[in-house]
Amino acid sequence: MALADATAPTSNRLPFDRLGLVVAGLAIGGGVLPFVAFRANRIVPGKAVGLLEALPGWELAIISAVLGAAAVMAVLRLAPRFRLLISLSALVALAVAVGDAARFITPLGDKISRTSPGTGFWLLTLALGLMASDAVARLKLGPWTRIGLLAVVAAVVAAILWSGLWNDLSVLREYANRADDFWREAGVHLGLAFGSLAAATVVGIPLGILCERVLPLRAVILNVLNAVQTVPSIALFGLLIAPLAWIAATVPGAAAIGIAGIGTTPALVALFLYSLLPVVANTVAGLDGVPPEAEEAARGMGMTSLQRLVQIDLPLAFPVILTGIRIVLVQNIGLATVAALIGGGGFGVFVFQGVGQTAMDLVLLGAVPTVALAFAAGAVLDAVVEMVSRGGRRA
Amino acid sequence: MIEIEHLSKRFDGVTVVDDVSLSIGDGEIVVIVGTSGSGKTTVLRMINRLIEADGGRVLIDGQDTRGVPAYQLRRQIGYAIQGHGLFPHRTVGQNIATVPSLLGWNRAKIGARVDELLTLFQLDPASYRERLPGALSGGQQQRVGVARALAAAPKVLLMDEPFGALDPIIRAKAQADLRAIQRRLKTTIVLVTHDMNEAIALGDRIAVMDQGRLLQYARPDELVVSPATEFVGELLGSGERPFRLLSFRQVRDFIEPGEASGAPIADTTTLRDALEEALWTGRDAVPVANAEGQILGRVTMQTVIRQAARHR
Repeated sequence: MALADATAPTSNRLPFDRLGLVVAGLAIGGGVLPFVAFRANRIVPGKAVGLLEALPGWELAIISAVLGAAAVMAVLRLAPRFRLLISLSALVALAVAVGDAARFITPLGDKISRTSPGTGFWLLTLALGLMASDAVARLKLGPWTRIGLLAVVAAVVAAILWSGLWNDLSVLREYANRADDFWREAGVHLGLAFGSLAAATVVGIPLGILCERVLPLRAVILNVLNAVQTVPSIALFGLLIAPLAWIAATVPGAAAIGIAGIGTTPALVALFLYSLLPVVANTVAGLDGVPPEAEEAARGMGMTSLQRLVQIDLPLAFPVILTGIRIVLVQNIGLATVAALIGGGGFGVFVFQGVGQTAMDLVLLGAVPTVALAFAAGAVLDAVVEMVSRGGRRA
Repeated sequence: MIEIEHLSKRFDGVTVVDDVSLSIGDGEIVVIVGTSGSGKTTVLRMINRLIEADGGRVLIDGQDTRGVPAYQLRRQIGYAIQGHGLFPHRTVGQNIATVPSLLGWNRAKIGARVDELLTLFQLDPASYRERLPGALSGGQQQRVGVARALAAAPKVLLMDEPFGALDPIIRAKAQADLRAIQRRLKTTIVLVTHDMNEAIALGDRIAVMDQGRLLQYARPDELVVSPATEFVGELLGSGERPFRLLSFRQVRDFIEPGEASGAPIADTTTLRDALEEALWTGRDAVPVANAEGQILGRVTMQTVIRQAARHR
């Protein structure tokens, strides 16, 4: 009795987790909305199939139980590690269910019809993903643990793909038809994102150092880069066609090394230009943040200006510079899809083809890997930023 | 030996240091004291050429400091500043190793030196060497800052308000430690402060500066007895003058034969502390003992009080 009294003042707060209520609401909505959509072929309008009809009875019972349990656990105030465990388990169950639903609905031997994940599935994924990422945030995991968790999630997804569980899903049917294209464009996509990032790092960090030291230059360079950043991506890709075509036509050897008005070069150049602002601005901010006393002491002890830059300024600015690189990488993985518009390749090829053919499954084939890559890149670099921020920023 | 000859410096047409000359002997602690804007820090920073002088020159052991590149000169001179200026991304050991590394010492020699200095500054090498500065207390950070300045065993140490960021109790301890370490290493120290009490506690000689000029350069007791200008007198304050005078002298010079009751005091006690002890215990005379505990005689309060007068 005494125990209950002692805790009485807190009991006027709802015994529910606020975010959990949102998660549960989304999950209920997801359970009601169509789980998958079935189409007789890839472009005709689909027929919505609810969870109840999408799965054999025994499996329906299991998945309903798991999802119900997850919704209840989400609402209750439980330790974050339980919330993480249940949300991840439910996500796995959901992944298995959507694959099974596709197999269950598709007539045996039918290769033309398409079963794609429906609104309900996406809503459930969103709800459980929200719950999982909230639990990860609350657990305050160390950087290595977060990378490990990401690796486990990636391994599970890879295992599901490899097992053929999702082979009857529309997206994978599209993939099966163009597996070679997919991997080639994946390579191009990564090449665009990382290539432009590398170029922006190599150019942007020295430019940032210059800006930090030469004040008049700082305003000019940062304003120009700001202006570049405001040009819409499609416009910038288009704007580069003319000058690059001109260079290819007039500068000897330019065409031979791959410079052309359309294709990969303008895409790389545009992504590079977008990448410069975050890298330069963060380099300047990082260097500005170096404690003046450390700077003074370094000078007073006889470090040359190069030694100060390499041993003191850059290491102390590094976490901030890396944050800029993180922004650039995530941004470029997304923006690289637009490169397909000017023949630059990448996952955007599937997105634009899919839009052209009103084949949403093809759009997903381009969009889902892009989103997954951007998410993974962001998570890994966040962890790395945390690892390199030792001592530096706290002092 | 540091000879500062006719140094002057102007910033944007404003003279901040005006024809300052000082001579600092080997193993001396000279404190430059003044209010902010007096030019004291500028003088200090002209010694290691963090600021280049407009006129005059600085000689160290007879050598003009402009004879070598500035960064090489600075590696020969220790430098400690307010707020310690430790590199937050480097461990305590790496911080202390800064100048030895710049000078190209080998690893074994650097490691031994780091441990030696940590021990000297009462920080256990095994537990402090690998810590980051952020994990230390303010007093510990300050000690590491001074240890770092002394790492390459410089003959000269420049200190710019080194204790400014410390609270009063830790500051007094830091001053006493610095004094003890200086006595041991015989390093010549030039220290800048705005705190006259600190100047008196530390300085063998005190240089008082105001508006870029050197007003007086004298021993602390001379300064207290005969301030050269009204401004110097103001800086000293009138409140504690007699007690300050007493704090410059030790009882060993005023021992008289005779008996006195109560616990003896050490012969190295200052007259000020002796007076305090006598007043507190209600005695007219106090026995004096040497380090071995042998009674040497007594010191009477009459004698002590006579020493507190300006003119004797």
